[in-house]
Amino acid sequence: MTLAIPLSFAESTARERVEHLLDPGSFEELMPPAERVTSPHLELLGVPSAFDDGVVVGAGRLAGREVLVAAQEGAFMGGGVGEVHGAKLVGLLRRALRQRPAAVLVLAESGGVRLHEANAGLIAVSEVMRALLAVREAGLPVVMLIGGANGCFGGMGLVARCADRVVMSDVGRLAMSGPEVIESSHGVEEFDSRDRGLVWRTTGGKHRYLMGDCDVLVEDDIAAFRTAAIEALDAAVPLTLESLEAEQALLADRLARYGDCRDALDVWGRAGVPDPAAVPDLEADAVRALRGARREEAA
Amino acid sequence: MERLHFRFAGHRVPGRFTPVLVGVVGSGNLEVLLEPRPAGADCAFDVTTSARGFGAIWEAVLRDFHERHGLAGVAVTIHDMGATPAVVGLRLDQAAARLPTPTGSGGRP
Repeated sequence: MTLAIPLSFAESTARERVEHLLDPGSFEELMPPAERVTSPHLELLGVPSAFDDGVVVGAGRLAGREVLVAAQEGAFMGGGVGEVHGAKLVGLLRRALRQRPAAVLVLAESGGVRLHEANAGLIAVSEVMRALLAVREAGLPVVMLIGGANGCFGGMGLVARCADRVVMSDVGRLAMSGPEVIESSHGVEEFDSRDRGLVWRTTGGKHRYLMGDCDVLVEDDIAAFRTAAIEALDAAVPLTLESLEAEQALLADRLARYGDCRDALDVWGRAGVPDPAAVPDLEADAVRALRGARREEAA
Repeated sequence: MERLHFRFAGHRVPGRFTPVLVGVVGSGNLEVLLEPRPAGADCAFDVTTSARGFGAIWEAVLRDFHERHGLAGVAVTIHDMGATPAVVGLRLDQAAARLPTPTGSGGRP
């Protein structure tokens, strides 16, 4: 008998994630490292560049279906989006319009715009969002898979919430401003970025799942991300005025319900979670059951 | 940032292979790219490192690696973000382990 040992998504590199997420041996990289499509800016600043500018893009198969994949490498400049990095993401999304894969998978791990390339990075992020929405308009699903130690912040946090579906592990984090940014702009009383429990309660996968910003919560296991990605194939969510208005209503409702809460523990309590303090220690399936129970109550 | 170049004469020619990449340009880490170098009978190292003034140590670590593997006809390109000599040696060995072996036995596990 062989034991299946979970392969941690968080601890794997971007390339390892792609290799184990897709059908074995099916990945074909576009602009591979040997082509040296690197940042034109970093060298001028005296910073070593990466052969892939911190993002792996290409095509492969998932459960036999053709998919396009991008994976950001969090260890290289925190997954920051520079000019080339962003252009690779945009190019992949535009390719989807022509190739019509069963899904575009984005394994996001990024602090947002790469500050060394500030303006180019900002423009790149807006181009990524535009390209992503064009893919959705064409009826092709874009799936974000978030489980890296650097989380998914800044511009990439915005990109994630533009997608059809967000899959996260508890390790993964999703937000606009990062904890340090909030602390430095609003003070430590507002948000203590060194309080890791607080940071994960506020931005981690469990909270995002309980709030509905994340659609699927999985364990920190590449196989679990793979299963979730397979379920997302062909499952495009229509992008219409009605769906945007429903999203807006959901956000307004959230603000009205929880706007005065000081901590996610208060939010979970008010949302009807029986023992909020126990949530951080729950397994992913127990947290999934919590949201299921709330849905049934609401129905 | 500093650029360093070294070249050592080798004997083990892996022949044709698709480029091999290991490692990541992260803090205390490096990426190593191995590519075929048809014109050369030696092993050429091209290092870009964020740390300045460690040329002698780089030469010693790369010479050590070369004595272990004796590669020829291979271009090694390194992007380094302050890795220690032990990590550099480890990444180089990982990369070399993914090269095709001349006899056809062994190779990737």
